[in-house]
Amino acid sequence: MAAAVEIQGITKHFGAFEALRGIDLTIGQGEFFALLGPNGAGKSTLINLMSGLLRPTSGHIRIMGHDVQSDYQQARMALGVVPQELVFDPFFNVREMMRFQAGYFGCGPENDGWIDEVITGLGLADKAHTNMRQLSGGMKRRALIAQALAHRPPVIVLDEPTAGVDVELRQMLWVFIQKLNRQGHTIILTTHYLEEAETLCQRVAMLKQGRVVTLDTTQQLLRSHAAKQLSLRVEGVVPAHLQTMIKQQQGDEVIFNLADIGQVEIILSALRQAQVAVLDIQLQEVDLEDVFLNLVGSQGGQA
Amino acid sequence: MMRLLSTWLNPFYWLDDHISPRYRGMYTLFKKELLRFWRVAFQTIASPILTALLYLLIFSHVLESHVKVYDQVSYTAFLVPGLMMMSLLQNAFANSSSSLIQSKVMGNIIFLMLTPLTYLEFFIAFLAASMIRGLAVGLSIYLVALLFVDVPTVHPWWIIAFALLGSALLGTFGVIAGIWADKFDQMAAFQNFVIMPLTFLSGVFYSIHSLPPFWQAVSQLNPFFYMIDGFRYGFFGQGDVSPWLSLGVVGVFLLALAWLCLKMLKSGYKLRS
Repeated sequence: MAAAVEIQGITKHFGAFEALRGIDLTIGQGEFFALLGPNGAGKSTLINLMSGLLRPTSGHIRIMGHDVQSDYQQARMALGVVPQELVFDPFFNVREMMRFQAGYFGCGPENDGWIDEVITGLGLADKAHTNMRQLSGGMKRRALIAQALAHRPPVIVLDEPTAGVDVELRQMLWVFIQKLNRQGHTIILTTHYLEEAETLCQRVAMLKQGRVVTLDTTQQLLRSHAAKQLSLRVEGVVPAHLQTMIKQQQGDEVIFNLADIGQVEIILSALRQAQVAVLDIQLQEVDLEDVFLNLVGSQGGQA
Repeated sequence: MMRLLSTWLNPFYWLDDHISPRYRGMYTLFKKELLRFWRVAFQTIASPILTALLYLLIFSHVLESHVKVYDQVSYTAFLVPGLMMMSLLQNAFANSSSSLIQSKVMGNIIFLMLTPLTYLEFFIAFLAASMIRGLAVGLSIYLVALLFVDVPTVHPWWIIAFALLGSALLGTFGVIAGIWADKFDQMAAFQNFVIMPLTFLSGVFYSIHSLPPFWQAVSQLNPFFYMIDGFRYGFFGQGDVSPWLSLGVVGVFLLALAWLCLKMLKSGYKLRS
């Protein structure tokens, strides 16, 4: 079975600027994959290379086994991209736009059932005959997503689909997208909201300055970057053999990194033996945001 | 009843269901481009017709008794093919160019760039829609003008040939301009400084034989002159130059522009980088 997306040795230069410096990435069919990184890390460039809006300086990308350059028609048939900007055609209504969009991909009236499903799934049913110009910002965003799905692509790329979108739509969108994912669609997501990536995505790639700095399952990523932290207020000196586990120490406050929850017991008993009094205990979950900041640095600490 | 009527009047009704998937992409883009101008037909069809009729009214009223271009042909009749061709050319150009610049500025051109449409399909769809708008405007002017003046059609095939070639040439020109321009401002400049002077100085309102020798020679460098002269030959059976010469010049220009346009589209000029 071909990978949903296979990226091999991709570089992209804009003049002297190297936007991507050698990306290798394989995304399997049916995955829910997150592409994270600070602004300017190269996420959008990578997406534009996948969709054929840009041409790579070197390297290859295949969508469902089809090269985006030499076999671009098949590659584009397999791909649905939701652009970041709110763009729309002011001449037509939502349903017309979706029919046109599906038509460009060769889909005819037989596809109308699917169009209805998308319109309903995204809560656009009562706006289906409204001109794109008259939709509110949130509705335009939904229409944009609907348009990208019009030809029922097996691989769906959502480039920051929830930027500036209210909670209701975000939830509705994720319910619908998760349903598509369960049906076998591959979903690739870039987002500013790391908690979204954490709850939705099975795997995460983090980009920094045009390189993949981390590629792992979300779970593994959270675990390897200390799944939990134990924060204590103590009176006395922490014994030497516990020093390696300390992440941070400030006055009487000590933060330990925990590989697993069992270490809490070890730390506490070691402190008791050393006759160090524990004044306060807090157990903290590490989220993707901590991992993210850890890996890509705190500069421009947003995805 | 209304439903039946609208079905019958909808030329796409049958095609929507029966077009082969292989051509559906191109067909859809063509249809969208047609509907785009049809939705604003008041601006894209009715207003150029009105403009042409105003020209006809004013010029014929002022000049009818003063200017005689061909024997047996009144000045008003002489004016009709010129005005038809001028409007046909301007509207064929306006259709593809304004559609492209608009979707570039709005950003929604991205939804076309994401599709499997080939550059050739892209070109044909935009061209065909432009031609239809140009031809629709030209034909309408003719039909309305018939209410006021008798215009003969001596060689209908020449009329059809030049109408098709002229609308194709300017439709292609419009695609080129639409891809090249980044702003409405540049497009307006293109329209006002290139298209307008070339059409007005091509003999719409006069025969170039009425010009001094120098300006006659200059006019003969203008490709628009040949489109109008060849077109007018179809109506009156006489023109300033042979229709075959006009056909050759217009054909060569069309091929050259189509070649340039396809080259731009294939390379992804200003659309993909």
